[in-house]
Amino acid sequence: MEEKLKYERPVITKINAGMPDKFGMQAKMPVITEIDEIPVKKLIEQYGSPSFIISEKTIRKTFNEAKRAFTSRYPKVQFAWSYKTNYLNAICKIYHSEGSWAEVVSGFEYDKAVANGIPGNKIIFNGPDKSKEDLIKATENGSYIHIDHFDELYELLSVSEKLEKRPKVAIRVNMDTGVYPQWDRFGFNYENGEAWNALNRIMMSEKMDLVGLHTHIGTYMMTPAPYAVAASKLAELAVRIERKFNHKIKYIDMGGGFASKNTLKGAYLPGKDTCPTFDQYAEAISGALINSDLDPNEMPTLFLETGRALIDDAGYIIGSVLANKRLADGRRSMIIDTGVNILFTSFWYEHEIYPAKEAGSHSEDTTIYGPLCMNIDIIRSAVKFPLLQKGDNYVIKRVGAYNMTQWMQFITLRPKIVLIDTKGKTHIIRENETNESLTSHEKIPDYLK
Amino acid sequence: MKLKKNIAVSESGFLFDPNTGDSFSVNETGKKIIELLKEEKTDDEIIKWFAENYEIDKLTFENNFYDFAAVLQNYHLTE
Repeated sequence: MEEKLKYERPVITKINAGMPDKFGMQAKMPVITEIDEIPVKKLIEQYGSPSFIISEKTIRKTFNEAKRAFTSRYPKVQFAWSYKTNYLNAICKIYHSEGSWAEVVSGFEYDKAVANGIPGNKIIFNGPDKSKEDLIKATENGSYIHIDHFDELYELLSVSEKLEKRPKVAIRVNMDTGVYPQWDRFGFNYENGEAWNALNRIMMSEKMDLVGLHTHIGTYMMTPAPYAVAASKLAELAVRIERKFNHKIKYIDMGGGFASKNTLKGAYLPGKDTCPTFDQYAEAISGALINSDLDPNEMPTLFLETGRALIDDAGYIIGSVLANKRLADGRRSMIIDTGVNILFTSFWYEHEIYPAKEAGSHSEDTTIYGPLCMNIDIIRSAVKFPLLQKGDNYVIKRVGAYNMTQWMQFITLRPKIVLIDTKGKTHIIRENETNESLTSHEKIPDYLK
Repeated sequence: MKLKKNIAVSESGFLFDPNTGDSFSVNETGKKIIELLKEEKTDDEIIKWFAENYEIDKLTFENNFYDFAAVLQNYHLTE
């Protein structure tokens, strides 16, 4: 029998004359056929569609890039893994094994860090929501409590009167670093003197040990310069404390907020071209601290709580095309099995999505929808994408940060999360939800039974 | 489905509509469909021909073919 010709979906594309953009046209969309050398097709067969896949190799590589950038510029550096970015225990343990402490923002996260084997004196407790019980626990465990507001400061003062241990505290400072919007909802303001006021109250109370100063100037910061401003301001506060109280603080915590290579909606240039490198952030922060009036013989430790920039690249969603449709005006739309409920970050990123097998060189303007019966379920509103068939696989890149913590169960059940270890072996690190696991939290009143 | 009579398609897949001045590019399978339409083959004949000559089952091709036809219609290339 005569061999049949290789098939590709028929495509016709209108040629639009006019000014091409200055970057030229991408001739062909790349494909991602495997993740850490494991075929995507095999992963889907084994773990289902969709699935989250996390590369341990990428986590460790990225972490060590960041660590090298800072330790090569500053004498004492300590990373603390931002639990809220991704608090799957397996993921936290990878960061802890690299030497990261835990940075938590709730009692729930605090208990998770303790259960992950992190001693209390390696936990940084941030955030506006710390209950009285949380404060007692953190004090007794010797954790670093970063005070967010005066009500918390006074509660901690009241708590400390009844405890044998003295709380180890820092304050979170918000400030003008020249970026908009200025984050002023967390911590004490620098410019209006509130931060200085809080520091004075802590020092004069003599009931707490002021060990650090903390700031977190924003999120997805696309330029490193504001970090230099922030580091200078914290250094200035540290110098003032030393002058007035003859007290040296032990650390300056610059928080996180480093951008990842994802592209923000509305951005003209792709994130991978605009995202500052770890070296650029490190240069800004270290330079500002080293050039400050801090005693060069006893520089405070530099704490970093970056989350997104460390893990975004390590996460993927793999899944399948559910259907292709034509919209009323002839535009193409494609429905995939990943919705905004599990890809929360698609509300602010233009996530990169690729076919998982060769799909020909022709692309069409496509709207990519998720599977939810909800109008807001749009993964990409306009992207040049090759025509895949129902059942073909796709890969969405850079989904490691926030999706696995901010996701929600809605209409569909949440999928498995699979880790590929450094030797290429796969492990389920979170099982998919089932009807049983979900309804086990529900109760039906007797009269409705 | 009938293609407009004066639509021209080159060997490299460049398609020109003299009625509007619009030009298009088609891939290999798209070009083949255009050629068969120019030969005034019916939809059923085209679907049968593809299923016989390409690595594709009849139903999947039929689905793809009518999607392609909808785009041709959207670009006003059909009568």
